[in-house]
Amino acid sequence: MADMMKIRAQLTGDALAIKILMAHPMETGQRKDAKTGQLIPAHFIRNVAVGLNGKTVVAAQWGGAISKDPFLGLRVKGAKAGDKVTVNWEDNKGAKNSAEATVA
Amino acid sequence: MNELNTQRRTLLKGGCAAGAVMLAASAGLLAPRRVLAAEWNKTAFEAKSVGDALKGLGASGVADSADIEIKAPDIAENGSMVPIEVTSRIAGTQSIAILSEKNPLPLLAAFDFSDGAEGYVSTRVKMGQTSMVRVVVTAGGKHYATAREIKVTIGGCGG
Repeated sequence: MADMMKIRAQLTGDALAIKILMAHPMETGQRKDAKTGQLIPAHFIRNVAVGLNGKTVVAAQWGGAISKDPFLGLRVKGAKAGDKVTVNWEDNKGAKNSAEATVA
Repeated sequence: MNELNTQRRTLLKGGCAAGAVMLAASAGLLAPRRVLAAEWNKTAFEAKSVGDALKGLGASGVADSADIEIKAPDIAENGSMVPIEVTSRIAGTQSIAILSEKNPLPLLAAFDFSDGAEGYVSTRVKMGQTSMVRVVVTAGGKHYATAREIKVTIGGCGG
């Protein structure tokens, strides 16, 4: 399932730019279904942990106001080629996903 | 004279780059490799005012700072996808929180940094209407903030 998440890790010197694209509907819980008029239940990623070589470097908490199919760009110093970038997320329904990329 | 190349507005570039991303049902069929350590700050994220959200985050005595940069469009055509880039030049930045004052739930996101991560984050958010967007940075146990207005043409929270 890792193909549902895209990670790009680009190194400039020892500065690593990480770009992550996740696939998720990110429903706020405040939107109404156009047909039924019923509220669409909230369904959004709440926690994202980005790790470098197994150590968490950025831990994010999100509300439902992050756009659908979330994008996340980060910068980390002191990285080198061969380092492993991991991304784990968990949504409000308890679903999880994770992906890994190697710094080229 | 006929060579006049009129430079047209380049404003109207589509912002929905993620449209190509497959929308797949992310059901919980995955074996999680690692349990996420962080809890979700329910109080702060469900707060209906900026003040309550900041209280939930434990951010009191917030001082204005010129060392926080918010890069975002002045006018966002599509409120469902407003790109926001935050850079904190405050030494020892530990966390960045992004709030939109007019959103029903103002706290959009909070990021904690450690082990070499720079005080920088880029993401895309939903905004219901034109609003001040406030960024609160925590560094050395102190809180700093900056704000800027983002005008929204079509709100991104409706149905």
